[in-house]
Amino acid sequence: MATGEVAVRVHGLRRAAGGLSATGRLFRRKPLGAAGFLVLVVMVFLAIFAPLVAQEDPLRLSAADIFKSPSGTHFFGTDNFGRDIFSRIVHGSRISLYVGFLSVLIGTTGGAIFGLISGYRMGPFDLVGQRVMDALLAMPGLILAIMIVFSLGATQFNVVLAISINIFPSANRVLRSQCLTVKERQYVDAARAMGASDQRIMFRHILPNALAPYLIIATAALGGAILTEASLSFLGLGVPPPAPSWGGMLSGGLYVREAPWMALAPGIALTLAVFGFNMMGDALRDILDPRLRGR
Amino acid sequence: MKQYIARRLLLMIPLIFGVVSIVFVVLNILPGDVAASIATQGEEEPDPAQIEAIRTALGLDRPLHQQYWDWLSGAARLDFGDSLVTGQSVMDDVRRRLPVTIQLGIMSLIIAWAIALPVGILSAVRQDSWMDYVGRSFAILGLAMPTFWVGILIILMLSRYFNWIPPLGYVGFFDDPSSNLKQFIFPSLALGWALSATKARMIRSTMLEVLREDFITTARAKGLREFVVINRHALKNAMIPVITLFGFNIGLLIGGSVLIEQIFTLPGIGRFLVTGLNSRDFPVIQGVVLLIVVGYAFVNLFVDLLYGLLDPRIRYA
Repeated sequence: MATGEVAVRVHGLRRAAGGLSATGRLFRRKPLGAAGFLVLVVMVFLAIFAPLVAQEDPLRLSAADIFKSPSGTHFFGTDNFGRDIFSRIVHGSRISLYVGFLSVLIGTTGGAIFGLISGYRMGPFDLVGQRVMDALLAMPGLILAIMIVFSLGATQFNVVLAISINIFPSANRVLRSQCLTVKERQYVDAARAMGASDQRIMFRHILPNALAPYLIIATAALGGAILTEASLSFLGLGVPPPAPSWGGMLSGGLYVREAPWMALAPGIALTLAVFGFNMMGDALRDILDPRLRGR
Repeated sequence: MKQYIARRLLLMIPLIFGVVSIVFVVLNILPGDVAASIATQGEEEPDPAQIEAIRTALGLDRPLHQQYWDWLSGAARLDFGDSLVTGQSVMDDVRRRLPVTIQLGIMSLIIAWAIALPVGILSAVRQDSWMDYVGRSFAILGLAMPTFWVGILIILMLSRYFNWIPPLGYVGFFDDPSSNLKQFIFPSLALGWALSATKARMIRSTMLEVLREDFITTARAKGLREFVVINRHALKNAMIPVITLFGFNIGLLIGGSVLIEQIFTLPGIGRFLVTGLNSRDFPVIQGVVLLIVVGYAFVNLFVDLLYGLLDPRIRYA
């Protein structure tokens, strides 16, 4: 008994060590992907410890501090309301990550389940559902998002909904086509012959085999989701002010010739985040789907 | 080819119908109350009688199926009613503003190709050289930098270091080409760079594939100059998949022009939409969104047909 336990533990350790060396390999083979992963780690860290990293209240107005250039007290300067830009950037990472992750989670998971059922069941459900997806895919993403937020009202969660509806059809398409190929495999026939229910076949046999494209879509969508949130907030249709959304901060810095730092910090933060997520997505796609390597 | 065109045109009917219906559902049936949000000015609670009045004026008090029918027939006649703010016909305004957005789009696409072609080709031909790395970084950066931020940076730079901003107040190209171009060149650069990124990456990867094909070796073996091999034999074949990006690009272009027109104060369709959104001008929003969405569907159809023309395999699939 005891030896078995030890064996299990050693096996576990070995697996952990294997994981570590795999990370090392990732850094050597995919430096850009690793850089992207690093950006994600830093962002998550900033978001979690935002009040500790940036002690100043990101919403505090101060008439005496309007348009202060970057200095020791205000690393990135202050904006037109005297708010500390560094603190707003740090706290803004929470909004970007929240909107990014939640919309990708809702959009890809919803689209994946719908695509799975659609591909498995076929018939009229599939026919009608896919025409709706066609129509959704045939709309420019930002316009669809603008419409939805306008109609539902500009709140943080409605922004999440608008972005997830944009992601939904592509996740749906990929999982549907994956399901169509996988369901013809012999092990699915075998499961059916053994009397497995449709649900069991879909979620235990087909879904795990369609997981790689699901992950690829999810990471690839992250950068776009953050960018869409920024665009919406920039237009005044996103996370409502005075919340420190990076996109909203840029609309404040539009024409301030005297305070260019207002436009610099949020833009750099956005670029880094989108760059990081895109690179991580590319690397993950290369690893999970060798056919596309180097594209 | 005729059969292919007929089939594609037939498929357009359910697509347009679906797209128009989704716009209707999103703007009219989703929980948000448009009349209430129009009536709400600032922090005050809107007056219920006023909400009712707006609802009647917009015809939102009628049964849904009737509203839907009117919406469809209005859309078919390209009649979107009058703006709540200016009282002018939405369609007239659109007609006036369309040339601005189209010029912005065309110039951005030209710039995008002018950047993407040399960058993509050089990156592929000199794979893993410094040119390749510079080209790829350039493309990656173009993908990651938000277009509207690039626009802001351009304006900041021009005004701070050159003490110059593009002339305000739109001038038509045929009235005064030089000041028209002065207005359009910078917004087009911002948009064009963003569009060039995906193109350059795709051209690079398809070129890399094509360059390994046997017919390239043959072309070289028969003594053709490298320039001819690259531009005549390789590029032509590498371009086919890149064309599919065109439709996707137009989608980006539409979203991007909404933002860029706002930043550079160009009176195009995108700015019209944003103005409408800010003043909660429902007919304007409805009309502009519908036009954009239907126009986009037709652009995609056009791309598909072009694709079929260039690649016979598609037609018979």
